[in-house]
Amino acid sequence: MTAITGIVSGVPIRRVAIDWSRPIFVLLTVVLSVLVVLPLGWLGYYAVTDQSGSLSLANFRALVSDATLRRPFIVAITMALSVGLLSCAIATPLAWIVARTDMPARTLVRGLVMASFVTPPFLGAIAWEILAAPNSGIINAVYRWLFDLDPYEYLVDIYTLSGLVFAIACYTFPYVFTLVTNALERVPTELEEASAILGGGLWTTLRKVTVPLVLPAMLAGSLIAVLQALTMFGSPAILALPANFHVITTKIWSLFQYPPKPGLAAAAALPLLLVTILLLWTQRRILGRRGYTTVGGKSGSARITVLGRWKWLALGFTFLVLSLTVLMPYAALVKTALTRTVAEPLTFESFTLHHIWFVFFEFSATQLALRNTFLLGFLTATIGTAIALVVAYLVTRGSSRGAPLLGYLATAPVAIPGIVLGVGLFLSYSSPILPLYGTLWILLIAFLTIEMPAGYQQLSSAFKSVHVELEEAGRILGATRMTTLRTITAPLLRSNVVAAWCFVFIGTIRELSATILLTTADTKLVSVIIYDLNESGDLGAISVLGIMLLMVSFAVVFLANRLPLLGGVRVAPVRG
Amino acid sequence: MTRPMFDRRSVVAGLLLSTALGSIPALAQAPAPYQVTPELIEAAKKEGTVTFYTATDVAVSEKVGSAFEAKYPGIKVKVERSGSERVFQRLSQEYGSSIHNADVVETSDAVHFVLFKRNGWLAQAVPAEVAKDWPKEAKDADGYYAAYRAHLSVIGYNSKQVRAEDAPKSHADLLDPKWRGRIVKAHPGYSGTVMTGTDVLSRALGWEFFEKLGKQRIMQVQSSTEPPKKLAQGERSIEADGNEYNMFMLKESGVPVEIVYATEGTPIAIGHGGIMKNAPHPNAAKLFYSFLFDQETQQLNSDSGGLRSFHPRVKEKETRTPLSKIKLLYSDPVKLEPNIEMIKKKYEEYFGT
Repeated sequence: MTAITGIVSGVPIRRVAIDWSRPIFVLLTVVLSVLVVLPLGWLGYYAVTDQSGSLSLANFRALVSDATLRRPFIVAITMALSVGLLSCAIATPLAWIVARTDMPARTLVRGLVMASFVTPPFLGAIAWEILAAPNSGIINAVYRWLFDLDPYEYLVDIYTLSGLVFAIACYTFPYVFTLVTNALERVPTELEEASAILGGGLWTTLRKVTVPLVLPAMLAGSLIAVLQALTMFGSPAILALPANFHVITTKIWSLFQYPPKPGLAAAAALPLLLVTILLLWTQRRILGRRGYTTVGGKSGSARITVLGRWKWLALGFTFLVLSLTVLMPYAALVKTALTRTVAEPLTFESFTLHHIWFVFFEFSATQLALRNTFLLGFLTATIGTAIALVVAYLVTRGSSRGAPLLGYLATAPVAIPGIVLGVGLFLSYSSPILPLYGTLWILLIAFLTIEMPAGYQQLSSAFKSVHVELEEAGRILGATRMTTLRTITAPLLRSNVVAAWCFVFIGTIRELSATILLTTADTKLVSVIIYDLNESGDLGAISVLGIMLLMVSFAVVFLANRLPLLGGVRVAPVRG
Repeated sequence: MTRPMFDRRSVVAGLLLSTALGSIPALAQAPAPYQVTPELIEAAKKEGTVTFYTATDVAVSEKVGSAFEAKYPGIKVKVERSGSERVFQRLSQEYGSSIHNADVVETSDAVHFVLFKRNGWLAQAVPAEVAKDWPKEAKDADGYYAAYRAHLSVIGYNSKQVRAEDAPKSHADLLDPKWRGRIVKAHPGYSGTVMTGTDVLSRALGWEFFEKLGKQRIMQVQSSTEPPKKLAQGERSIEADGNEYNMFMLKESGVPVEIVYATEGTPIAIGHGGIMKNAPHPNAAKLFYSFLFDQETQQLNSDSGGLRSFHPRVKEKETRTPLSKIKLLYSDPVKLEPNIEMIKKKYEEYFGT
């Protein structure tokens, strides 16, 4: 009944209401272009000019001919692909266990995976140094003690390429996990039931129905992991340099040491951009035209597999993954925060509160850095999610012909290593016209640019999984595009929006590579003081700061997920 | 259309390249030394803050800051500590975009002060103490900067893992195959101290030394404050280079590390300090700068920081070997500056990064 009146009254309304999607589209194109194209433009300009500003390909010639520049590329790509594979291999079974089985403590597991996601990778890398350095690492010390071995014997060495891959994957697998869990929860039961009815066992159903349906999420997640690894600076700086090799980001960073070569650095960043575009293009090709819309107007809740005796295997696997990624690194940080030196075991004699005292009362940078970090995290997350939401909507719903362009603009920053983006932004915003360097604004712009792909990816994959029929219903009833987005789609995606907000918030407070070139005395951030402390080897103080950063991040994520306004009440699976 | 780009280019040249292109200030005589007067203190108090860019170990520089705040209540010290090259990079970036945050700057890389002076970024100022007591070699003839501290880059070992008689006595000893995989070393692209050390050692021992050392599977760290801490952790048994003052501090707090003054000689790094010409708090800067060279501050640096001082009345702890008994290798920053690129290239060739 109401629907009929809606249609009737809808006709005149539609004539009056303005469709805001057009002006918003134009505005967003301008905003994203400024965010993305401006720094990229300066980079491009620097890459193809020489000292005097005239056109030159010298930088590219150096790139091709100099082995010390070529090698880091090969190493970085090997590393990033391995990280992607490893993340996917860890995360997919874990996601299935959590989303689709009756294993106990699943909520706890989700919480702990969230913990590993919140952990800044550079902090994880430092924790893994404490655990798995060949001589002083706790694991190796225990190994020697257990088997009564000579000094210098070791089980694991974190200062290797495989060590680096491992230490990065520990903190990138949650990307795959989150996306795959979400997808698994949304696989329509009818399809799996159909497979079961036709005689397909658990394994067949998984292989032929479930996995293909979550493949986009697996690929999207692994892709994020690969790109994260490729553009990551902190972990390689901490683990690869001691092992005497460069990846491309550390190499680019070293090009800024005295005498700096910004042109060469800019040129070195361009192949990364190409690799990324290639990856994104491959992803599209693989997914092709197959439809993967899984949330429609009619679907039931996810089927739960009863594990029975296999429960122990699932629990064992889960415990192993969480020990390596969360429990052991955290324990190592807590231990280091409370002992005098890293080498000592935690006992009554070695126990000290000195590091905590130092961080809060002697180290003058702490308070300012904390305030800046959380202010920027909050602003970036809020503004960034809002922009990403609208962009994702306009792109996935193909509102206008230029819409895909917006998508590319929002994804492009993913290809730029933070450190290079830092330089691009620095060049763009240090001019007398836009004197933003030295203020928090330049950091806000940097973080919005850096985090846009993560927010956009999250929300666009969410949009793809919501069937357009629900919106069409709204449109038929006379609502404009923006009204449908506000009243139908956004509430449906509430938990995704909160997730995206958290993604961006966490991404911001742990950002290091662009930040390191953009902070000044008054705009210090926690990640930078941790890095500064690491270069002087103050592991105790780092542990204190790191634990504090983690606790506050947790609190924020927890609150965001609890507030009813923000979707704390889990949206029940949508039914027709 | 190209005009603004050219401007930008020159801005960047100033901030990132910050080099020989800068203007050369006309050579001037050192100005008359200044005293700390009640008027200076009053003016400094009105400014209320002084920002100190420093490369000295963070615990030590925070102590110096607190000592100043205690002596002159009402003036806050903002300590900005990073590695020398980061301090330099940050200052160059800031000056390139006309941000003048720093009042007083101090790094362990003497080359920086050659460049700062050449770029005209420093103010001339000679505290009375420096004029009276500092040797000629430890201050700028034109009064732009003076040696706030000096320290050595030393070989060292963990005495729990290595017995004194087995420990290396010289740089040549580091090439012994038994140390393969057991040495930690800092990086010249990152650490001014190690750049200075690499310069003088490559002259004294030849590049073959580094070529061979590169085959020892060393652990490469960045800052020269780091190798002593890796020794303390027991992560590596030997350091090929590292700050002497970190070794002092660790040793004196009971950590089993020992210093070796190599028979071929030990590189010395002189860390200058100076006042920025565009200091936002010029009076507080002058007051603080003078404070840095006071006997008490220099004594504090020596006692709690293990730094070497040019102040003649500073008393070093008796357990420390006096400079006069150590064979020192001096580097000339003016000659080193044009070679930096070559040294980094060679280093990457032999060590991988």
